[in-house]
Amino acid sequence: MIPEVSQGLFGGDNIIGWILQIVWLVFFVVFMFYGQRFQMWAMLREVQSSLFRLKLIRDEGRKMAISTIKEIGKPQNDPTEQVDRFLEYITILPQSMDPSGIVWKLEHMLDVRDVRFKDEVKFMAPQADENQTRNLANTLEAALALNIIYKVIRHFYELGKKTLSLYIIMQIQMILPLIMREAKAYASALRAFTYGQPIGDGAGALVAAKLMHGHRKRKIAKEIVMAKVTIEDRTAYVIKAEGPGGNIGKPGEAMKQIIEENEGKISTIIAIDAAQKLEGEKPGQVAEGIGVAIGGPGVEQYKTEETALKHKIPVNAVVIKEDIGDAVSPMRKEIFDAADVAIERIKRLLLERTKKGDSVIIAGIGNTVGIGQ
Amino acid sequence: MPEGETGIRKASTLLVAIILVFLALSIAAFYYGINAYMHGGDGSFFLLIGFSGLALSGYMLLQTRRRTLKIVFKPYQIATTILCSKCGFKNIRDFQRGDYIFKEEEECPKCEEKMMITSIYREPDEEEKN
Repeated sequence: MIPEVSQGLFGGDNIIGWILQIVWLVFFVVFMFYGQRFQMWAMLREVQSSLFRLKLIRDEGRKMAISTIKEIGKPQNDPTEQVDRFLEYITILPQSMDPSGIVWKLEHMLDVRDVRFKDEVKFMAPQADENQTRNLANTLEAALALNIIYKVIRHFYELGKKTLSLYIIMQIQMILPLIMREAKAYASALRAFTYGQPIGDGAGALVAAKLMHGHRKRKIAKEIVMAKVTIEDRTAYVIKAEGPGGNIGKPGEAMKQIIEENEGKISTIIAIDAAQKLEGEKPGQVAEGIGVAIGGPGVEQYKTEETALKHKIPVNAVVIKEDIGDAVSPMRKEIFDAADVAIERIKRLLLERTKKGDSVIIAGIGNTVGIGQ
Repeated sequence: MPEGETGIRKASTLLVAIILVFLALSIAAFYYGINAYMHGGDGSFFLLIGFSGLALSGYMLLQTRRRTLKIVFKPYQIATTILCSKCGFKNIRDFQRGDYIFKEEEECPKCEEKMMITSIYREPDEEEKN
């Protein structure tokens, strides 16, 4: 074979043979010197294709947000310009050079952001009621997240193209599958918020809603409702964000309030939340442990930990496993069914960890869109 | 949206032209190899480069074609269950805007008691189940 090939390579008595041999040699030489560049172009193409898809998702999200605002809010003027301005909003997080007191600064920033978002939505959609305003604010937040993802990826793509740095392109190409997954999750979230459908993240709120349904409720903290329920001969203070609008409220603040009202005489805190599942785990799997199961920026978790520590209250967690896509897309049946399993776990925890007549706090954490109480 | 161009564009015409020339040469090599065999000669080298050239240029052409993009905003099938707590009558229908869990609904057709939405969920599709 080798002599035949070499004969073919160096011999040849016709024009096609010569052309092919030259092309073959050029091909080798070019690949020797520009192989890495070809690899880079292939990566850039892959990023470009994903970027195009991200743009499509972002634009579709924007269109959906605008049409929902027009449909629900019935504004007198076209809200497109306001929506576009909203999609460019930035939040500057507090300086952390001196970390002391940063939680309160962060809380203040988040409060300001929340008020600003709701005011903007009320301005864009004057006819929307309170629940619809919350859902629209969530819709716009999802559209904003999609816009940020698109712009960050575009930044690295353009930077990679300008600098022709393999490492810039490589790092973005490597994380692209995860980013695309996140973008698709936000796209699903957008649709869910638009229609006010319960999402996977609301699993904890659903558990609390099931426990407090039919009992008298009162507002205990910002956008948080509480009901006093007797479960297994214990007094349970069940809290959740006020639904059915898209809302997470301030559960940490509510727990602090309940503990102070009871002068610290709370036997245990049980927080129920959705938790990120690992690949291979089934969605809707219920797990329990210790600690404060409150996701998000950490302010509410910090507050609960501080209060629990001050009064030496044990904190228990019950989590419902799901992936990022399930957390922000309409609630899957497995996750909905897991709420009853979680309630059984709570009852068992109460029997095992507390005595008859004790007072406990049961906090259902998560976005309560589409879930009443 | 108020922003500049994205820089996203199709494959250049020059690249497609180069690939087509390469494809033509590969076909010629393939033809030459077969021809050599038919006349009793040894055309294995030409067959080899013809075949690899065809594969390579075919792959590159596939890469340059414009792909049809799937719309990711797939509408989910969301079911709302309305239950009568008195007689247990159950009605499952598609989700409608304004539905929420524990919302009071119309009267029960059997016992005329107010019914309530007890669940709203989606059945995961086959892709998600795997």
